[in-house]
Amino acid sequence: MTIEWYIVLSSLLFAIGAMGILLRRSPIVILLCLELMLNAGNLALVAFSRMVGNQQGQVFAIVVMVVAACEVVVGLGLIVAIFRRRLPLNVDELRELRG
Amino acid sequence: MSASSWAWLVLLLPLLGSIVVALGFRAIPARVAGVIGTASIALAFVCAVAALINLLGDEPEARHHASSLWTYAGAGGLHVDLGIYVDQLSVFMMLVVTGVSALIHLYSFGYMRSDEGYHRFFSYLNFFVFSMLLLVLAGNFVLLIVGWAFVGFASYALISFWYRRTTATTAGMKAFVINVVGDIGLVLAAFLIVQQLGSFEYETVFARAPEVFARGEWTVTAICLLLLVGAFAKSAQIPFHTWLPDAMEGPTPVSSLIHAATMVTAGVYLIARTHVLFYLAPTAADIAAFVGLATLLIAGTIAIAQTDLKRAIAYSTMSQIGYMIMGVSIGAYSAGLFHLMTHACFKALLFMTAGSIISAMANRQDIDRMSGFWRAMRFTSVCLVIGGLALAAFPLTSGFFSKDSILAYAEARGGIYTWMAIGGYVGAFLTAIYTFRLVFRVLPGEPCKEAQHLIDSGELYHGPPLNPANEEEEDTEIGFPGAHHHIAEQSWPMAAAMAALAFGALFAGLVQVPGVDNVLFGFLDPAFANSPLEAIHPEVGAEWRGLAIGAVISIVGIALAWYLWVARPQLPALFRRRLRPVYLLCLDKWYFDEAIELLIVRPALAIGRFANDTFERLVVDGLVNGTKEAVGDAGGVVRFVQSGFVRSYALLLIAGFAGLALYFLLGSS
Repeated sequence: MTIEWYIVLSSLLFAIGAMGILLRRSPIVILLCLELMLNAGNLALVAFSRMVGNQQGQVFAIVVMVVAACEVVVGLGLIVAIFRRRLPLNVDELRELRG
Repeated sequence: MSASSWAWLVLLLPLLGSIVVALGFRAIPARVAGVIGTASIALAFVCAVAALINLLGDEPEARHHASSLWTYAGAGGLHVDLGIYVDQLSVFMMLVVTGVSALIHLYSFGYMRSDEGYHRFFSYLNFFVFSMLLLVLAGNFVLLIVGWAFVGFASYALISFWYRRTTATTAGMKAFVINVVGDIGLVLAAFLIVQQLGSFEYETVFARAPEVFARGEWTVTAICLLLLVGAFAKSAQIPFHTWLPDAMEGPTPVSSLIHAATMVTAGVYLIARTHVLFYLAPTAADIAAFVGLATLLIAGTIAIAQTDLKRAIAYSTMSQIGYMIMGVSIGAYSAGLFHLMTHACFKALLFMTAGSIISAMANRQDIDRMSGFWRAMRFTSVCLVIGGLALAAFPLTSGFFSKDSILAYAEARGGIYTWMAIGGYVGAFLTAIYTFRLVFRVLPGEPCKEAQHLIDSGELYHGPPLNPANEEEEDTEIGFPGAHHHIAEQSWPMAAAMAALAFGALFAGLVQVPGVDNVLFGFLDPAFANSPLEAIHPEVGAEWRGLAIGAVISIVGIALAWYLWVARPQLPALFRRRLRPVYLLCLDKWYFDEAIELLIVRPALAIGRFANDTFERLVVDGLVNGTKEAVGDAGGVVRFVQSGFVRSYALLLIAGFAGLALYFLLGSS
């Protein structure tokens, strides 16, 4: 298979993730969509790595996974904290920090 | 160990004492803090004696050592060492400062016993001694200024020691402000010195000055006048004297140590230290001598009219420092320092007796209320009489020899200085009168209520705690005087300190009796050998003639005081009525406070208000508010972006990235 298929798939995944973030209101889903975007990036990295023929892209993909894991921990932690305080799990209603 | 090593130890010990007491005030019990404070000064005195012994081992001409620990600052060809200069003058000052301070610490150990701020007091007191020693030991003008400013701060802290008394805090501020005026003079003088001579070090400056300056040149005159501003402010000479009487708001040991025995003599030390410059600037030296003379006469007249015990003694201090300033300015360096030493003894003693009497009066200081303490407090009374005799220069006491050695020199120098000697004798007459006015009003007669209480019950009279200055009610918590007072008869540390000083007040003059011995001048004179004025020595016959005149004046003055306040007690009231303008002039301190208020404080305030109304309101506020509004407006423009909707942020982010990606894609194709 040529590289284009991978890139197309990766772009699609990224676009789905981005749309999800823009359209959904539940923080859990937004977090999932973020993961989706990161993994779209990973897919592109691995594909390019295959195309170029060295391992650097794969190393980046692993680093991205580590970062994604950390981000999930923080994100889920925030969500749990929000839930515990009986606040609505809706990003449109959580707008204390408006200017 | 060399003399300078001992001198470093002298400097170190009070600093250590201050730091230990200050940092350990929770862990150290009050009595131990007092012991640490007193012991550190006593040890410093021992080290000072060791330095003296070491110095005496050298040839008289070689008795000066500069020693430096490290470089304090070095830039642009300027080099300032953290260095001390040990010579006869600094060792002499070191001995006087540590000796009197040790005794006053001992006195405070008893006197301040029930005060809640005991630790703080000893920490400040030790810090003061350190600062004063730094001042007298400094080897260059920079370190001198450091010590000078530290002393000013220590004085401020101790005047305001009872910080919940508004009168005390105001007095502290007044002292600080006037002292800072002096500091400015000193700093400017140091600036001119380094500009003209290229060095701050004493040795270099004094060696170069005669080569660079011609005698009477305006630059050196300007330097000396600026130095005099510093000296006058610290030594409470006219017109910078108004802080000293107010400084009596501090605890009595503070008045005794700082505002009588040591700090206020810093100006005398400064003039003696820079005598090379003052020789080159005869105009400045004459101005200093005249100011000294004026101060000694004016302060003497004020002291006669004051009714506050401590303030009357404070004016006497000003007057005596006038003698010293006059002495060191006209060239009687050793004599001025001799008077400094004897004055430190008897004035510290007088303040200590005053403290003891004030304690017995439940903190009242008004001599109109006092009488009959001779029967109530015999030891204190004896000390008061001894201190009074020494102050009034009664024959064979210490003040008798020291005061007359200044006046004899003035007479020997001749010319206008003869008139200064005559003025000095007039001042001596005033001194005898006002000193024994205090003695005769406090000691003889029917015991007052408080004294009677002491005689009857053997316990101190306890009135409600009042501020002696304005009769306001106080409590006895921290920030006010403690609940209990202490008198010398019931507190051995106070009595021991007073006894030692009484001994000094009586016999310290015997180190320098004209024609008999020459201990002090023989030691000090080589330090001033580079001044031609040092060559003038009054003849022994002339000195004894002066002493005889002094003795007659002193005895006549004391007799007159006895006649006025004991034999014919109605006479002073008659004088007050007949000579009302003169009496009011003296009572109101020659209106110096009012004049300064009118000439300096009011215009300064007016300028300040004007600047506040114009420059501050329009320019400064305009700039500040303008900046604030500009930033606020700019913020208002971008504010709506921060809507708080996470999703709109995400949209902006994605749109932005998409835009960037598009830009690069289009650019690359």
